Amino acid sequence: MNEKVISCKALTKRFGDFTAVDAITFEVEKGEIFGFLGANGAGKTTAMRMLCGLSNPTSGEAKIAGFDIYKETEKIKKSIGYMSQKFSLYDDLTVQENITFFAGIYGLSDKAIKENSAALLKQLGMEDQADKRVSSLPLGWKQKLAFSTAIIHKPEIVFLDEPTGGVDPVTRRQFWDLIYEASGNGITIFVTTHYMDEAEYCNRVSIMVDGKVEALDTPTNLKKQFSVTTMDEVFYHLAREAKRGE
Amino acid sequence: MESVVVKNITKTYGKEKKVAVNDVSFSVNKGELFGLIGPDGAGKTSIFRILTTVLLADSGSASIDGLDVVKEFKSIRNTIGYMPGKFSLYQDLTVEENLNFFATLFGTTIEENYNLIKDIYVQIEPFKTRRAGKLSGGMKQKLALCCALIHKPNVLFLDEPTTGVDPVSRKEFWEMLQKLKKQDITIIVSTPYMDEANLCDRIALIQDGKILSIDSPKNIIQNYPDALFAVKADNMYSLLKALAIYPNRLMSYAFGEFAHFSFKENPDKADLLQFLETKGIKNIEIKEAAVTIEDSFIKLLS
Repeated sequence: MNEKVISCKALTKRFGDFTAVDAITFEVEKGEIFGFLGANGAGKTTAMRMLCGLSNPTSGEAKIAGFDIYKETEKIKKSIGYMSQKFSLYDDLTVQENITFFAGIYGLSDKAIKENSAALLKQLGMEDQADKRVSSLPLGWKQKLAFSTAIIHKPEIVFLDEPTGGVDPVTRRQFWDLIYEASGNGITIFVTTHYMDEAEYCNRVSIMVDGKVEALDTPTNLKKQFSVTTMDEVFYHLAREAKRGE
Repeated sequence: MESVVVKNITKTYGKEKKVAVNDVSFSVNKGELFGLIGPDGAGKTSIFRILTTVLLADSGSASIDGLDVVKEFKSIRNTIGYMPGKFSLYQDLTVEENLNFFATLFGTTIEENYNLIKDIYVQIEPFKTRRAGKLSGGMKQKLALCCALIHKPNVLFLDEPTTGVDPVSRKEFWEMLQKLKKQDITIIVSTPYMDEANLCDRIALIQDGKILSIDSPKNIIQNYPDALFAVKADNMYSLLKALAIYPNRLMSYAFGEFAHFSFKENPDKADLLQFLETKGIKNIEIKEAAVTIEDSFIKLLS
């Protein structure tokens, strides 16, 4: 049996009388690319914040990289990477400064920072841009750099919150090459996206509706289950049933 | 009749003269739904800001219903609606107060043009006493559209109205636009989502401040120059890696559950199949692909 890096049971979060996340249960295996989909307001962000150890669940259980979601949040934070379209890098720091900063935050030693950042710049072909400010980079480069920085400490899991929003179709695909490669190196990818073609690139996909995980399977099986030919139709089929607004 | 005319507009920013819009020309007919399709940083917002008279171009000219965007900016502002990409309503006014405010600015009332916004407004009316800042993303978007429409503009500018919006809400939003089109309002809309391009009458594909192509979505797809194939196998990543080193390869890239592929010369499916098999790829399926706007865009970028 494959190693489970995320396992949650009946994980729930309530705000007052509003149940944002309603008893979600699922497991994610090591190295898996796991798509976490849902309409705006379905509860994805709240769920993700709990899984990252940033928000305490109301009830339920979860283990992230082997650590308890209630008692070991600091250990969880050290074992994960996080990137979103909204927050990724500091615009007014250089490429190298950003890498050094984040690697430091993730607890790497000076020696490791030096080695890993050199390897990262080489992999991205950005050696000659190390001293450029991030603000001067095209968005696509920023996103690729942000992703590589988020996994510089070789975390068990990387959480990606709409990482490719607004990026051109060629760069979007280059970004997915990086995801495939990280997954091949054993890093588990937990990704949200509004691009349904990207849902197809995931090993398995879950779809949240009104706080619950309404479907979870491989893209192929989900399409079979709903007798449709695209993930777009699967999503539409489930999300239009949503009762609650955002 | 031409409603919006853009001629050789160029816009640069800063001391370094960074080019945001590079000699762009296009025109939009009355009642047309025209899409500016391109990624972040392509120059879409700069074009919108120039056309809505809130930004001056370095060179070139543009007009809305025959009115010059520089000399006659005041008249233009009365006849256009603009929904910026960033939510720009008053967060601490209620839904109704915001709408009332914008109606008053243009010397009209909610009642006078209610028929225009009715379909959209009824969806947020139950929350009309809620402050705009407390609305969800989808509701904010609907309110912003109502505010941009309340003075019955001739031309409506929508800058990335669906960015970050889930596929279901995006679909609903485009259905609203189709209805507005029937009211003879010219609509210019920008989006980074290629699939939305098909819902426009005509589109301009834009990248790095330059227009790569302008036509109807149908024509852009028909003009795709190569035979495009869809290839499927057990493992997408190994498939992509194998396709990338096939000698007779022109382009290959992931496209949903398939990889899209074109041959450099003389398409030979059997040869490709054989090649992939020698690379250990399993359960291979090769068929002709239906070209999409996204394929055209990728081709134009290459």
